[in-house]
Amino acid sequence: MTSTIPAPRTPRRLRGRTNTELYAWMFMRASGVLLVVLIFGHLFVNLVTGDGINALDFAFVAGKWADPLWQVWDLLMLWLAMLHGTNGLRTVINDYAERDQLRLWLKVGLYTATTITIVLGTLVIFTFDPCPPDAAAELLPSFCPVP
Amino acid sequence: MPKAPAGTLYRGREGMWSWVAHRVTGIGIFFFLFAHILDTALVRVSPEAYNEVIATYKNPIVGLMEVGLVGAIVFHAFNGLRIVLVDFWSKGPRYQKQMFAAVLGLWVLLMVPFVIRHLSHVFGG
Ligand code: HEM
Repeated sequence: MTSTIPAPRTPRRLRGRTNTELYAWMFMRASGVLLVVLIFGHLFVNLVTGDGINALDFAFVAGKWADPLWQVWDLLMLWLAMLHGTNGLRTVINDYAERDQLRLWLKVGLYTATTITIVLGTLVIFTFDPCPPDAAAELLPSFCPVP
Repeated sequence: MPKAPAGTLYRGREGMWSWVAHRVTGIGIFFFLFAHILDTALVRVSPEAYNEVIATYKNPIVGLMEVGLVGAIVFHAFNGLRIVLVDFWSKGPRYQKQMFAAVLGLWVLLMVPFVIRHLSHVFGG
């Protein structure tokens, strides 16, 4: 049986190949640049300004989320950081977990944890009540109606 | 007298060590983020539950760990920008070493004031 060598410069077969890894690579860089702004802003407002970490409590969070800017900020940060970190860990798993079964289960665990945290975090941002009716008034932000 | 081999550690210089540190910090930040989303979700449970857990962040030992966390994030962020420049800036690969020096320099420049401010919050009450 003879085998023929393809003529030079015939296009490589592309069937079944996708650009997923290219998009993931681009996403790591684009999300990274955005995350610098989002995370540095987050750390500055929560840890550096005012009383820093000592000011953090329920009323602080409620005060921030009363402003749609911080809702969008935290939502973007949640999604971008989780997807960026998850894709980064996918790379790490691909590098070190050599057995097919182990690699599969590590990824199943990773994607499950990611889905749960993104859904939970998103729900929290959108269903959050800054003035829960049965809470002690001194724990609430000052704009809550006094009973 | 023959000398013993001087060790077999592969010395990859700036390129390798920045990669190692980028990977280690990335993994560490991810696990913290996971915990941080769960603790923040407690605002949906009750103000008391949230305040109680957030109080642990104000503990001095945890306060020192926060310095480590912020240090990891700042390194990962600056080195991530260096990676982007290596990939997209035509002179990036040529200046990767200098940019790594810049990453370390900027890291010190940002961390010194941050550590002073944060630790005075943590220990100054
Ligand atoms: C602060 C802004 C950030 C920037 C500029 C940034 C940038 C980058 C870049 C450019 C990469 C390399 C991707 C590649 O080689 O294809 C990367 C990898 C990674 N990042 Fe980030 N990142 C940031 C924040 C984060 C956060 C918040 C997390 C965790 C949730 C994270 C976790 C990771 C992980 C686990 C990797 C994979 C490391 C590896 O493959 O060795 N990064 N980051």
